[in-house]
Amino acid sequence: MISHAIFFYIFSIIAIISAIMVTVSKNTVHSVFFLILDFISISCLFIMIGAEFLGMIMLIVYVGAVAVLFLFVVMMLNVAQQKNQWFVSKENSSHIPVGLIISAIIFFELIIVIGGWKYRPELFNANSSQITNEVSNTHSLGQILYTDYIHIFQISGMILLIAMIGAIVLTFRQREGVKTQSYLKQISRERSEGVEVLEVPSNRGVKIDD
Amino acid sequence: MTDIGLGHYLTLGAVIFSIGVIGIFLNRKNIIVILMSIELILLAVNINLVSFSIYLNDLSGQVFTLFILTVAAAEAAIGLAIIVVYYRNAGTIRVEEIDNLKG
Repeated sequence: MISHAIFFYIFSIIAIISAIMVTVSKNTVHSVFFLILDFISISCLFIMIGAEFLGMIMLIVYVGAVAVLFLFVVMMLNVAQQKNQWFVSKENSSHIPVGLIISAIIFFELIIVIGGWKYRPELFNANSSQITNEVSNTHSLGQILYTDYIHIFQISGMILLIAMIGAIVLTFRQREGVKTQSYLKQISRERSEGVEVLEVPSNRGVKIDD
Repeated sequence: MTDIGLGHYLTLGAVIFSIGVIGIFLNRKNIIVILMSIELILLAVNINLVSFSIYLNDLSGQVFTLFILTVAAAEAAIGLAIIVVYYRNAGTIRVEEIDNLKG
């Protein structure tokens, strides 16, 4: 139990510090790296409390895909020239204290809810998909994911497909003056366009292309 | 202090959620950091769902965390595509220079 507490505090302190560094660091590339650190420490917490499958999926999806996507976009766009301009605009910075106040209010509301909250004891055994120790976390998650939640699972696949198509359509552009192969033109070529059979009279020859 | 319960995890989720909201308001740089703050907020929601799932002994919280993960990945891809298109058209992604809607 004491080791659980020690690891919880270590990982959560790393997560909170790196979350703060995501928002305040001047360089956007550093922000992405702190975001990766945040995801890694939170996935360590997930693995620690027994949700191993989600922790591993979080590593794969967030660190392997989303954060690398962020890094690609940060390096593709030219944001290096603006990295030293934090809090530059003095003329319209009136929304910063408002934002801080709203965030503080949200935080204290959440703390009040967490502190004064109790659940009814019959809620423990009322659920249909209980966690058992007989099979592993991944096994039990797969057992209910493909049976009870199959429709939502299919819909999330459709969401991913739509996101992929949307991202491709948004960033696709036709460039002018680039020589490419036209497959349609190649495969729809007929014999009559390329070859012509001529009667050649003897001793006179033919004249083509005039 | 040494007995870690549900409240500790929910407090961690609340702290990360508030940091994400602060990051949206505080940001004076580019709009990519705003997208990263949105990812932080979704991460806080995931922490809440997983800790409820573990401590209430119910597996459906983890299933919904999986779906939130899917939606977060789709949202990041679409958002970054919009940012790339905007940068190609307008030449900037600084938050204070994006004022086409005059808001």
